[in-house]
Parts: sequence; C-alpha cells; structure tokens
Amino acid sequence: MIRFEGVTKKYGDGSGGESIAVNDLSLEAPTGRITVLVGPSGCGKTTTLRMVNRMIDPSSGVISIDGNDTAELPLAELRRGIGYVIQHAGLFPHRTVLDNVTTVPRLLGTDKKTARRRAMELIERVGLDPDLAKRYPAQLSGGQQQRVGVARALAADPPVMLMDEPFSAVDPVVREQLQNEFLRLQSELGKTILFVTHDIDEAVKLGDQVAVLRVGGTLAQLATPAQLLADPVDDFVAGFVGRDRGYRSLQFAEAPELELTNEPTVTIGTTASSVRAIGEPWVLCVGDDGEPMGWVRAAAVTSAVARDLLQRGGTVASTQGSLRELLDAALSSPSGRGVVADADGRFVGTIRASEVVPVIEARQQSVAAREDAAAAALHGEAAPA
Amino acid sequence: MTWALDHLDEIFSLAGQHAWLAGLPLLIGLVISIPLGWLATRKASLRTGLLTVTGLLYTIPSLALFILLPPLLGTKVLDPVNVIIAMSIYTIALLTRTVADGLAAVDTSTRQAAVAMGYSTFGRFRAVDLPLAIPVVAAGLRVAAVSNVSIVSVASLIGISQLGYFLTDGYARSFPTEVWVGIIACLLLALVFDLVIQLLARVLTPWTRVTA
Ligand SMILES: Nc1ncnc2c1ncn2[C@@H]1O[C@H](COP(=O)(O)OP(=O)(O)OP(=O)(O)O)[C@@H](O)[C@H]1O
Ligand SMILES: [Mg+2]
Repeated sequence: MIRFEGVTKKYGDGSGGESIAVNDLSLEAPTGRITVLVGPSGCGKTTTLRMVNRMIDPSSGVISIDGNDTAELPLAELRRGIGYVIQHAGLFPHRTVLDNVTTVPRLLGTDKKTARRRAMELIERVGLDPDLAKRYPAQLSGGQQQRVGVARALAADPPVMLMDEPFSAVDPVVREQLQNEFLRLQSELGKTILFVTHDIDEAVKLGDQVAVLRVGGTLAQLATPAQLLADPVDDFVAGFVGRDRGYRSLQFAEAPELELTNEPTVTIGTTASSVRAIGEPWVLCVGDDGEPMGWVRAAAVTSAVARDLLQRGGTVASTQGSLRELLDAALSSPSGRGVVADADGRFVGTIRASEVVPVIEARQQSVAAREDAAAAALHGEAAPA
Repeated sequence: MTWALDHLDEIFSLAGQHAWLAGLPLLIGLVISIPLGWLATRKASLRTGLLTVTGLLYTIPSLALFILLPPLLGTKVLDPVNVIIAMSIYTIALLTRTVADGLAAVDTSTRQAAVAMGYSTFGRFRAVDLPLAIPVVAAGLRVAAVSNVSIVSVASLIGISQLGYFLTDGYARSFPTEVWVGIIACLLLALVFDLVIQLLARVLTPWTRVTA
C-alpha cells in the first residue's frame, strides 16, 4: 500500500513567491490494485508520482510504502524496488532491448545469465517478438518501445509500479491493445500501481479506484470508476468526467440473465429463396462454428448469401458482458436486434434496446433501495452510541 | 620530390615526434575534460565559470605558453614536457565545452528513467550519460586533434623537434620544397588522427548506425 498523508509540494517561482503543485494530498493506493491519478494538465499528477520514488521531495507530509516512510529508505534501494514507466518509454538508446530490460536486475547484482533469461521471459510476456531482443530502441515502433518500457520496469519484480501516461504517445488502436494487455498482465501479477493519465476514459477503464485532481493540486474525488461516473462530487468532476457518463457507467453493470430471442440464421452460400423464406428484412449470417459474421439485407441477396453482402457494423455482446455491451449491440445493429454470443463466441440469440432499458431502470431502483438501506443501517448503528 | 625521398627517415622520425607531442595531450586533455564537463552540467553557475575560464585558455598564444611554462614548472626549455602540457591545456580548452554539451544533450526521459531506476550519480554518468555523449565528444576531439597538430609545429621556434622543423628550416634556407614537405606531412598526420578518432567512435557507438 502506498499512503500519502498531508503531502504538499511547493515550488519557488524564481521571484521569491511560491506556487503549489500538490496541496495537502491524502490518499491510499491499496496493495495489488491500480489507482489512477487523473486531472487536467498541470494539476500535479507527475509531481505526485515522482514524490513516491523521491525524484521530487515533498515540502511537507509523509509518503509511506507498506508502512515504511519513504524519506527514511536509502534512495537507490527505494528506487530499485519501484518500477517506473513514462510517456516516451525513456529507453536507453545505446542498449539493446534485452540490455534495457536487464538494467535493474543487474544494478541489484543479479548475474548476467539469470537476468537475461528472465528478461527474455518478460519480453515475451509483454507481447513482444523475442527476435526484437537484439535490436536497439531506435529500431522499434512507439508501441513496441512502450512494451519494452513496461518489461524493463517489471524486470526486478518490484511490488510497486509508477506509470506516468505510459500509453498516451501511441495511436488509439495500439493504445487500446496496450491497455488490454496491461490489464491482463496486472491480473496475473497483482502489482500495487499508481497510474497517471489525463484521459478520463483510460482512468475509468484501468482503475480499481480513480483519484481526480484539480489544478492547484488538490484531490477533488477518490472513488471507484462506477461511483465516479454515477456520482461526481461537484461540477468540476462532473465536467471532467464528461458527457455520456450515464451510458458509460453501464459498463460496470453486469447484465443479469436475460431472455434472448432465438433467431433464424443463414450461412455464406444460403440461397436467395431460403433467405426470403425467413420473411425478415434483415437476417443474421453465422460462420462454420456458429460465430456471428454480420447482417444481410434479404432484398439485397440475388442468388446466394456472399461475404460482400454482410454488414459488419454491429457490435457483439457476450453473455457475461455488461449492460453497456448489450445496449450497444442493440443500438449498433442494422436490424435493431443486438447480437449476443457465448464465451466461445457462438451466437446464442438477440436482444432489443427496448428489452435492455427496463433492466437498466430496474437496476437504478434497486441501487437506490440498497443505498437507502445502507444509509438506514449506518444511522441505526450510530443511534445507540 | 627527390628531396622528400632522400629524407624519408627524417620525415618519419619527426612525424613520430609530432604525433606523440600532439596525440598524448589529446588523451590527457580528454581525461581531464570529462570530469570538468560533468561538473559544468551540475550547476548553471559552475557551467558559466568553467566554460569561461577554459575558453580563455585557448586564447593564450602558444609561443607564450612554450616560453612561460619552463620557469613556472621548473623544467628545461628544451624539455618536450612543456609542449605536452601546453597542448593538454589547449585540448582542455576545446573539449570541456564539448563534453558539457554532449552530456547535456542526453534525452530528458532517458535521464529520468535512469534516475528512477536507482542509478547512483556516478553510475548514471558512467553507464548512461557518458556513452550517449560519445558522438558529440568525438566530434570535439577531431577538432582538437587537428588544432593540436597545427599548434605543435610552432614548438620548433623554441627548438623542439617535430614536423615544424621543416617549416623553420626551409624558411631559413629559402628552400620551399622543404616547407611544402612539412605542410603536407602535417596534413597527413592530421588526417590519420581524424580517421583514428572516427573509427574509435564508430566502434564504441554501434547504436548510432542502426536505421531509425
Ligand atoms: N521544477 C518545477 N519548478 C517549478 N514549478 C514546477 C516544476 N515542476 C512542475 N511545476 C509546476 O507544478 C505544477 C504541476 O506539475 P505536474 O508536472 O505535476 O503536472 P501534471 O499534472 O503532470 O501535468 P501534465 O498533465 O501536463 O503532465 C505545474 O503548474 C507546473 O508548472
Ligand atoms: Mg505530467
């Protein structure tokens, strides 16, 4: 656990005055979880992060890791026990990928062979081709460099990781890949992570909890992503969390078992007459393993169903997915019927938006009822004291 | 031409002298400039002070230095040590700034990553900053090498033998061929220095040769 207690950082402004980068911050980043620091530019996110490994010393307050005051630990020891990943990876241009990754283990005195063997494992684990190990950073793409940065930070297996906008310098597609793999990796490794971003979507996606900072370096709200979207404490947080938060918050609502509608399906090569026999303007085409491929407009089929007739715009919800997935599948489907598949990707049925909405409304009522009950319980406890 | 062929032995022996007098100070100067350049990157005030002082050293006329050093050091006027020390001073004058610039040019995120990994100050300097500064330092070293080869020839005025002897002797005897031989030998020597430095830098910085 990383714990901030009343941490303040002031900078001299060069003319005798002071500016406050981080103001009386108290915060706990629980062990094995991802805590995201998010906020507008200049709100003190990087400063907060760097105070943990003492690249910046706080003006006042205490930061402790698992109960140990960081100010009292030897610098090198503290830093070698903390993985650090930054925006442009900051790889050493003069060292190969492999030698970049072995840096901290070598500093810690691990012998070269062991360090290299472990580095190769990590290189594969972060999704890099082992052949890249011999290359220099200049020979890698931005996304690959970022993966090396993550592997390097993980190399000495530090319990704590500090990540400062690690995925913000790559294009959106690569960013999403990196985020997904980061979550997969974290589910295996369970590190205590402080993650900085200015992208609220990234914060909500990756964080077990999210700390929103405002300019001036004060903590505006600390909450789970779902709470943050459902209940921003003030206009600043609401504005920062942004539009569509009602819709986005549905991603944290697991869908209950829903009655799905059975749907007649066709395959590539089904004849026009069989398609029309179904009697629907849109029919669903599935592949050999029953996986949904796309919708076909019946009227467009002249001889048989062919690949180029498929409309692939619709998203596919999974039976274990969130309400957001279900609703999005329905809204994005040309037929209005959202495609649902099981864990193996096989088509199981469809659902309409009009069927998802009542579930959402029922959920809102049950959440309200639960909060009332929780509030009542709290008062009940408080009363006798 | 025949004069040069007749005097090959002498040319080679003087060229050897010359290489020694210009080359050794290059090494000495480099070894001293590295810590000085590093100090200059530590603090803005140190930087200004150090670079001004070392920069001024280069403006001392070489003849003055050759003459002033013996009484200062208690050496004999004809002792080649005077030349070695004088040339080292010029090398330091040229290289301190280059080393400081090379170290300062290391990418911020690279440096921060090194700090965050727990390198000691010296460890980071040795393992990260210095290797990354090699291309810049090598460029400075090439300038210093050429400058040394040319300045060393002045030492023949105080009677220390090297290729400059052909210039003074040829001038005294009004024999232009000998002057030309001296000039060309100096040029060739400078070229050899330049090539050696380039080759070393190339070997030491394999990462600069990969296509980005
Ligand atoms: N060395 C410094 N000297 C003076 N002021 C500084 C220094 N470093 C940061 N600041 C100021 O402290 C404030 C917080 O900076 P910080 O880098 O922590 O912001 P940030 O939240 O990481 O912003 P961004 O999203 O742009 O990276 C800013 O107003 C910045 O100008
Ligand atoms: Mg920042």
